[in-house]
Amino acid sequence: MNGNARRRRLTPARIGIYAFLLTAALFFLLPLYIMLVTSFKTMDEIRLGNIFALPVSVTLEPWTTAWSQACTGVNCNGIRGGFWNSVLIAIPSTVLPILLGALNGYALSFWKPRGANVLFAILMMGAFIPVQVMMYPLVRILATLGLFSSLPGIVTVHIIFSMPVMTLLFRNYYLSIPQELFKAARIDGGGFWRIFAQLMLPMSTPMIIVAAIMQVTGVWNDYILGLVFAGRDNLPMTVQLNNVINTTTGERLYNVNMAATILTSMVPLAIYFFSGRWFVRGIAAGAVKG
Amino acid sequence: MASVSIHNLCVRFGANEVIKDLNLDVLEREFLVLLGPSGCGKSTLLHSIAGLIDVSSGRIEIGAQDMTWADPTDRHIGMVFQSYALYPTMTVERNMSFGLRISGKPKAEIERRVKRVAEMLHLQPLLHRKPSQLSGGQRQRVAIGRALVREADVFLFDEPLSNLDAKLRAELRRELKLLHRKLRSTMIYVTHDQVEAMTLATRIVVMYAGKIQQIGAPSEVYEKPENLFVAGFLGAPAMNFLHGRLKPTPDSVRFESEGLSLDVTPYALRAAASQAREVVLGIRPENLLIDAAGEFAGTVSLMEPMGNHHVVWLDFGGTLLSSVVSGAPAFCVDDLVRFTLDVGRISLFDSMSEQRL
Repeated sequence: MNGNARRRRLTPARIGIYAFLLTAALFFLLPLYIMLVTSFKTMDEIRLGNIFALPVSVTLEPWTTAWSQACTGVNCNGIRGGFWNSVLIAIPSTVLPILLGALNGYALSFWKPRGANVLFAILMMGAFIPVQVMMYPLVRILATLGLFSSLPGIVTVHIIFSMPVMTLLFRNYYLSIPQELFKAARIDGGGFWRIFAQLMLPMSTPMIIVAAIMQVTGVWNDYILGLVFAGRDNLPMTVQLNNVINTTTGERLYNVNMAATILTSMVPLAIYFFSGRWFVRGIAAGAVKG
Repeated sequence: MASVSIHNLCVRFGANEVIKDLNLDVLEREFLVLLGPSGCGKSTLLHSIAGLIDVSSGRIEIGAQDMTWADPTDRHIGMVFQSYALYPTMTVERNMSFGLRISGKPKAEIERRVKRVAEMLHLQPLLHRKPSQLSGGQRQRVAIGRALVREADVFLFDEPLSNLDAKLRAELRRELKLLHRKLRSTMIYVTHDQVEAMTLATRIVVMYAGKIQQIGAPSEVYEKPENLFVAGFLGAPAMNFLHGRLKPTPDSVRFESEGLSLDVTPYALRAAASQAREVVLGIRPENLLIDAAGEFAGTVSLMEPMGNHHVVWLDFGGTLLSSVVSGAPAFCVDDLVRFTLDVGRISLFDSMSEQRL
């Protein structure tokens, strides 16, 4: 009883910490609150200017408009097209980088080819060069290859830019696996591909989950690469969201804009919400062993 | 079953020469133990036999075939690692059958082999468990089983019992010995534990600094160490060393040091001593006998009860000598006791070359 009471007592320091955490949480949640509230209001209500007020008459119309009728430039089909484009981009841009990154990490940490460390260092340097520097050369290269402004084009670009991080993630994970395991598999007769597919990949489930979370959110939130490389027919949701917000005919439809924004951020939001534990683990794994 | 022979083997990591010009013949069906302190190159030697380390020069033959550059897979070996190295995502059964499945053996054959080995190692109740659901001893038995199902010509063990507690280690050691008697296959076993070496080996190879110091049957290595390193490494408590001079006279040979003079005429010198020389006399604690009629005397400075025997440490003119006394000793610390040396079981080493005389 005594120990319990002591633990519950609020010291000034503890009150301070709670006060700070509460303010911080409110500060970050406030925009989300305003967006949610506004998206359920009618334009008449919004015009009254009480942005913190709860909606008087809840309407779902802004959401349906944003999804299927909002205008992006001259087309008025909503952002659902962008949603499916983003899904089509995100799936191969997640699966392929994970497979390639795992393969890279596996080769670097177990087979140790000649010059593996140099190769890895160069790859890591790639992570520190700003995307903008590579933009124009990449446009030229993809144009020459006939991949510019296409789905394979944007997927290729995502694969290229994800390679350093994916390789680092898997390399560090595989370095933490005892070499003896690999040696045992070698004696059992396993070759390069078999050990990868039947032993290492099944062991990598935690890293695959982490990599998938990072990759899906990264690709989903990407704007500039999608804008430049995807082409008119494959514009991702972020680009279409921007178009929705910038397209105004007369009145600015704040409720529709808010609904469209929430719809766009739904996927990363859901991922963070349901997999926070894995995400933190992956960041830690990548950070501790550099 | 196959023999292994190694010719002029050198292994270098960068500028560091781990194994220097090593020659070794492992006979068919023998249980050879590579024994040495950590860093002596014994594990490196084992891993180069397995083909997991590239050799710098020399030749490795397994079953009279040159395997120096063969892939580990093609060497017909089975290997057990210290860390068990079980595949964590596979059940015990799939762990054991992994190699057989890779080599495309028919299903019935795989089943038969796994069943046979599982019976041999009492693994049947564990076949469908994952490694994480096993205890340390069970894991190592599975690792041994995984090597056995390969029905390899040579089995390699890399300190397989080091991660187990003392009781389990003794138990698995017995099982391994029985297994070798049953299978009669060639086994090469690396350890730093001299008890394992003494109990398991048909021959012990003592290694130090990348070189073989002595090869021989356990009793031979223990009784007649080839040099000071081997003498000091084997045995617990370690062999006692006395520095002194060897003085030959026409009809006898005497060992003389401070406060001790001993007639060592019965000792079989390899080369007859012609002149006096500096030597080291080694005597095992069990051959230093506490005896009321003994010619020498020392003060008891420490007694270590071991249950079935006592280790008694005597201060003999500044040198600490150990003696093993069975039963309850009839003296206490600080008592002056008399002792003798069993001259038939001493070892003499040249103090310069450290080689046995």
